[in-house]
Amino acid sequence: MKGNRFFYYIREGINSIFNHGFMSFASVCIIVACLIIMGSFTLLALNVDAIIDTMESQNEILALVNDSFSEDQARAIGPLIEAIPNVSRAVYVSRDEAWEDFLDTYDNSSRFEGLDSDIIPDRYEVFLDDISLMAQTQKDIAEVAGVTDVMAPLSIMRGFVRIRNIVTIISIILVAMLFLISLFIMSNTIKLTTFERRDEIAIMKMVGATSLFIRWPFVVQGLILGLIGSLVSFLLEWGVYQVVVERIISNSGFAFMTFLPFSEVALPLLAAFAAVGLGVGTIGSLLAIRNYLKV
Amino acid sequence: MVQFIDVFKSYENGTKALRGVSFKIQDGEFAFLVGPSGSGKTTIIKLLTGEIAPTDGKVLVNDYDLSNIRFSKMPYMRRTLGVVFQDYRLIEDKTVYENVAFAMRVIGASAKEIRRRVPYVLELVGLDTRSRRHPQELSGGEQQRVAIARALVNNPRLIIADEPTGNLDPARSLEIMMLLQKINELGTTVLVVTHEKELVESFSKRVIAIDGGKIISDGMGGYYNYER
Ligand SMILES: Nc1ncnc2c1ncn2[C@@H]1O[C@H](COP(=O)(O)OP(=O)(O)O)[C@@H](O)[C@H]1O
Ligand SMILES: [Mg+2]
Repeated sequence: MKGNRFFYYIREGINSIFNHGFMSFASVCIIVACLIIMGSFTLLALNVDAIIDTMESQNEILALVNDSFSEDQARAIGPLIEAIPNVSRAVYVSRDEAWEDFLDTYDNSSRFEGLDSDIIPDRYEVFLDDISLMAQTQKDIAEVAGVTDVMAPLSIMRGFVRIRNIVTIISIILVAMLFLISLFIMSNTIKLTTFERRDEIAIMKMVGATSLFIRWPFVVQGLILGLIGSLVSFLLEWGVYQVVVERIISNSGFAFMTFLPFSEVALPLLAAFAAVGLGVGTIGSLLAIRNYLKV
Repeated sequence: MVQFIDVFKSYENGTKALRGVSFKIQDGEFAFLVGPSGSGKTTIIKLLTGEIAPTDGKVLVNDYDLSNIRFSKMPYMRRTLGVVFQDYRLIEDKTVYENVAFAMRVIGASAKEIRRRVPYVLELVGLDTRSRRHPQELSGGEQQRVAIARALVNNPRLIIADEPTGNLDPARSLEIMMLLQKINELGTTVLVVTHEKELVESFSKRVIAIDGGKIISDGMGGYYNYER
């Protein structure tokens, strides 16, 4: 592209933005609103996912071994449990080790004096690949000979998996809807410019300007509006995330939750925002100009 | 070069604007296209500029076959012709100079080429002293000269003008026609649509007369008889 043409596109694009300051402002605002909603749901989904990941990596399922089994018999069950689909690892914990852990969690309180490890069974800590299949895996483990009981935090799991599914579905629907709304506003903003310049466009066509040349200034206009929208949204989203996470963490009821630091999601979020913003800008401008280019 | 071979044009509402039109204009010729209102003159111009496509028959313009042209080729075909309309079609917020330069810029001419060519064409149409004015500060005749300069600036092989003097008084009209004749003498083919009988008769040029979508006479001498 020749230099003077490049600057021609940029200059025309920027002029159009200022000539329709209010609509340009409105379309940036709509993009920002849409991106923030999209972004917030995506961040929520990512965090729920991260929480679920953490839970997956913690030993949530306990398989208790028949009291009357010897240690050798109890250890023999391990491979059987690990053979079950969705079980990634089964770690043998003897009743003595479990008892010590138990006492540790209660600071070796004197309440349990006189009791010893005989009152609890040997056990396996079972790690899963996918905790959304926890109920089935729990059943499978229970069927292993020698396992008397399987303790799984099913209700908490179900809650989180359900939240994740709902959040994912809502996010997808919202993103699609908001994308269309942004597109509509963007293309109408640019349509104003094309309408105002319809005579100019007609002259350009008459003297033999190519469609590409006619389109470029409008695409530039869309790209700039989209880019501004995505940058503003990114900064706002950043602030919102910090405030919300801080609020939640400071509320002791949610102390068990961990959150992704913003720095970890910043780059993908910025990339996604820029992609959506530039996408809306490009597609919106092409939609706006298409009627003028038919002949 | 322009050639129509048995061209038919029906609009979407069923109007048969052209019913078998054939004629040929050689390079370097000057021709008038005359006929009453609604006879199909503008339809012929729109076919030449590629704004509409023929329903049947062949339209050839400067080595392009418009009945069968790729969409992507259309801009390059249009660069070989300059078009002038009755209503001038200038951009109001651009100066005379910018209006003419615009036509060069949008087909990718360099700033240097523009600086060299625009003053030359403005002088050719007699507007070199008006280049910083805006269209609304000019008379109708001057505005039409700007339009002619714009049509001319990319050095087309053919100029087509649809009723270029329709909004001008007889003296201004004559000046515009003499300008078009001068342009023709400099080597550009010219096709002028008009229904002003006196004007046509004051030039002895080829006259193609059309009525009801058909050519009814075609000959030299500045005489036509569509008003029978
Ligand atoms: N876009 C159109 N749709 C339908 N009919 C049209 C259209 N343009 C022109 N016509 C009709 O075609 C005929 C020829 O029109 P036109 O070529 O404009 O004539 P002229 O320029 O000689 O006055 C007229 O009957 C006119 O009403
Ligand atoms: Mg007409």
